[in-house]
Amino acid sequence: MSKHTFSIGGVHPHDSKISRECAIEQLPLAPVVYLQLSQHIGAPAKPIVAVGDKVKVGQPIAEPGGFVSAFIHSSVSGTVKSIAPRPDLAGNPQMCIEIAVEGDEWAEGIDLSDTLVTEIPEDDKAIIEKIRLAGVVGLGGATFPTHVKLSPPPGSKCEMVIINGCECEPYLTSDFRVLLEKGEQMVVGAAILSKVMGNVPCTIAIEVNKPEAIAHIQEIIGKLGYKGISVMPMKMRYPQGSEKQLIDAVMHRQVGSGALPISVGAVVQNVGTALAVYDAVQKNKPLVDNVLSVTGECFPHQANLQVRVGTPIKYIIDYLGGMPEDAVKVISGGPMMGRAIANLEASTLKGTSAILFLTAKQTLRAPETACIRCGKCAGACPMGLEPFLLYRYAKVNDLEALEQNAAQDCIECGCCLYSCPAHIPLLDNIRQAKGAVLGAIRARAAAAKAAAEAATVTPSAAEGSKK
Amino acid sequence: MLDVVIALIPAAICSFVFYGWREVLLMAVSIASCVLLEWAVTKFMLKKPSTIGDFSAVITGMLLAMNLPYTTPLWVVVIGAVVAIGVAKLTFGGIGQNIWNPALVGRVFLLVSFPTYMTTWGAPQGIVDAVSGPTPLGAIQEGLLQGSTVQEIMASNGYSYSQMLFANLGGSAGEVCALALLAGFVYLCIRKVIKPWITLSIFATVALTALIFWGVNPERFTDPLFNLLSGGLVLGACFMATDYVTSPMSLWGGVIFGVGIGFLTMMIRYFGSYPEGVSFAILIMNSVVPLLNMWFHQKKFGRK
Amino acid sequence: MVKIIIWTIAVVTVLGLVLALVLYLVAKRFKVEEDPRIDEVEKAMPGANCGGCGFAGCRAFAEAAVKAPNLDNNFCPVGGNETMAKVAQILGYEVKEKAPMVAVVRCNGTCQARPRINNYDGYASCKVKAALYSGDTGCSYGCLGCGDCVNACQFGALSMDPETGLPVVDQEKCTACGACVKACPKHIIELRPKGPRGMRVFVSCVNRDKGPVAKKACANACIGCGICAKTCTKEAIVIEGNVAYIDPAKCKLCRECEAMCPTGAIHGVGFPKPLDKDAVKARIKERQLKEKEAKDE
Repeated sequence: MSKHTFSIGGVHPHDSKISRECAIEQLPLAPVVYLQLSQHIGAPAKPIVAVGDKVKVGQPIAEPGGFVSAFIHSSVSGTVKSIAPRPDLAGNPQMCIEIAVEGDEWAEGIDLSDTLVTEIPEDDKAIIEKIRLAGVVGLGGATFPTHVKLSPPPGSKCEMVIINGCECEPYLTSDFRVLLEKGEQMVVGAAILSKVMGNVPCTIAIEVNKPEAIAHIQEIIGKLGYKGISVMPMKMRYPQGSEKQLIDAVMHRQVGSGALPISVGAVVQNVGTALAVYDAVQKNKPLVDNVLSVTGECFPHQANLQVRVGTPIKYIIDYLGGMPEDAVKVISGGPMMGRAIANLEASTLKGTSAILFLTAKQTLRAPETACIRCGKCAGACPMGLEPFLLYRYAKVNDLEALEQNAAQDCIECGCCLYSCPAHIPLLDNIRQAKGAVLGAIRARAAAAKAAAEAATVTPSAAEGSKK
Repeated sequence: MLDVVIALIPAAICSFVFYGWREVLLMAVSIASCVLLEWAVTKFMLKKPSTIGDFSAVITGMLLAMNLPYTTPLWVVVIGAVVAIGVAKLTFGGIGQNIWNPALVGRVFLLVSFPTYMTTWGAPQGIVDAVSGPTPLGAIQEGLLQGSTVQEIMASNGYSYSQMLFANLGGSAGEVCALALLAGFVYLCIRKVIKPWITLSIFATVALTALIFWGVNPERFTDPLFNLLSGGLVLGACFMATDYVTSPMSLWGGVIFGVGIGFLTMMIRYFGSYPEGVSFAILIMNSVVPLLNMWFHQKKFGRK
Repeated sequence: MVKIIIWTIAVVTVLGLVLALVLYLVAKRFKVEEDPRIDEVEKAMPGANCGGCGFAGCRAFAEAAVKAPNLDNNFCPVGGNETMAKVAQILGYEVKEKAPMVAVVRCNGTCQARPRINNYDGYASCKVKAALYSGDTGCSYGCLGCGDCVNACQFGALSMDPETGLPVVDQEKCTACGACVKACPKHIIELRPKGPRGMRVFVSCVNRDKGPVAKKACANACIGCGICAKTCTKEAIVIEGNVAYIDPAKCKLCRECEAMCPTGAIHGVGFPKPLDKDAVKARIKERQLKEKEAKDE
């Protein structure tokens, strides 16, 4: 058994990978798709098509709205019906491009064959540009634009690329199926990433509850003969798949508060992202589909589906036989960090990794009792925070104390809530407090910047007034 | 919390074996009055949902009974329960809010209010024969006052370490069988209910302090092993100092807390007017816990 | 024996004198010069320390009021004009009367009007709920119903109506401190002038969705149709972002907009008689006919 794991906290929820045997299946096209303009962290994309335009699969329909932003491509071929706000998964209005599907015609230049292209282009800049043009974002959940991550700020040097195949969230199996069925492409994608970062070693981290995947990827690496790529079996532990925790586990380096992984020489990419990088660089295929698990004990037709981005959730559920009767909650993502879907009419995003059905019994929250300071939350926190303390400060909205106790470092993994024997809504309140603290930090930074600018401007302005 | 009750059962059985039905009655009265009081106060005075379901009142009752001589009149036990639950716990707002360990507050209140009852050790009525008379610590303090050396007193009373470990020396229920208590402690550690470092640092400090004094003057001061096994040290270190609510949360806070308890215990035993000091030491260190919680935090990820 | 007693008395006396001297010196050395009027002003304050004035508490307000050149920017909403008159007297400033304000809940999406499409089972706090999703109903602007405003109110002026699921303001108890305004993550609550004898008219909706969307989510929503603005003869109503707003300074409480509103989103409160919609509508029609005739001529 592997001993590789992160150093602080963590919990061991039952892994419940009930859909692990379901092979990836292609979902038939929905009659209409809705492509949200804000599918990534950063500025929303700006539409470059108009209502009534005919589009093909893989044709860009929105361009980046800023430096940290990404292209969005049409995932179907058809006609643009509207560009208007629609309620997203949480029910909040978001700008969406609605496309009515007509046939399945792909844009030119996209290689749709199954042949594995192992030869990697020479020019790093061209590779990154291809990734940017393909609208690839991190598919591990944060949806950070990949090309930004691959262009580290000057002065920082990457020493290792880590491919995150931990999939530590219970229920999720999409990364596992990708590793098994598209392992070759994924490994080539990993090789591209490690080449772009300066031919650095690449570690593919896979938790030991996926022994088939570990063996399969090791075999592929041997077969393809890449040097510097290795598989690291990881001990099962949540939240291993969190970027900071994974770097700690693999490289034994801790990313500081507010710092980027590159500050310790690491770049972490998800398995799905590596596959998308392969598609983008070797096949010219932009990110128009992703694999997601549809699962849950109460859901009889569990599946791992390859789904076009923007497919309505309801269409997916109907395809698999409709809502199970005893499901009371539908979650986008895993049970630990995923969010309940408030609106089944909404459509999938690039980063949607699973649709999970939970029963009333599974979602039941036990009544809250008094905190007896047992410290289980502090022991479980992978960031070494003291959730009981943050909770108390959050209740009285003491931003200063919250910042002192590092509320802004919270990764919202939910370990505190999971471990609390008194069922205190720790994360619900700390997440709120974290947002407030980050807001205060940003406001302070902006004020400092403005003051610095004013200080540089004032002398000359004073001179000007003298004249 | 149920785990703590389970962990206390071996010691409770031992005390029944040595002291008979009277001890069972004492414990029943103590638990019943604690639970009843908690229920009544939360319902009629605080008007909050009842907290008796969490077993904390049961534990307080058990610990209180284990800290009393089995001959204690039952009305005294009830007064102890009133002080423990009513004063030490619920006036602070109930579970999670109290500063001092309720059972200990009850016990110390009784000790200073009814010293006669609290230091009279009647003849055991249990299933096995046991030595009656004062506790070893009490006997030694008496003897020292009369000018005898520690060795003389130990010899004249016939104390041996195996006796202390398996228990048939005089004392309250919680003092008689160190082994049964240690079994409970091991159970709690395996179930990850308590933090072992507090208990271990208490034991280590007691042993070290005793070693120094005993090494200097073995005629005046008792030896480390005797100090570890006698009195309520095992009960206090395993079950009362480790109470979540009244102990520090961080590792180093806990260690300092334990060192403080161990040192104060030994000082009271050697130089105080009471023969036993664990209760006082824990209560004193309980008062320092908020400070320790403020000073010692666990290491945060990616920070110094 | 006597010796002991004498010694004891002597030691205690000397100790007492020495300590008194120390206290005196320390008090003298670290004396803080303070305007005595601050204490006076603080005494005149209601002492709720609610922060409704924008300062941390009554003391902070008193300090600021004493420092300020006039009372224009300092007003205690809780104590109102009475308290401010006292403060003005202490400080020798001019009294500035302000119209008494009251908190107004601008959502009338009752349980019947807003069909529930989701059930929330998380932590019962509007703030937390708002961060997670848009709400239990199709309206992403309306009241979330977890009662953050009720918890924020120090004066017991707010309560949740179990029937409508909306907060209700007790205008006798409301001091217009603004705590609920800050607590509401959906910015539904507004401080408005209480109005003459407590009579006021306001739009009880903040839904910025387009008409049909708003209407689908809530039967009582303001659909931004603009009928009220056309009806109003005082130009008190503006439509901005698909929602109407009545300017309390211009409103003359004629209640014509209330009668004309097709969804009933405009509420009039504090009026002695219930609104006779038909009579008002007839009156408007008559007036409009006359206007038309005047125009035609």
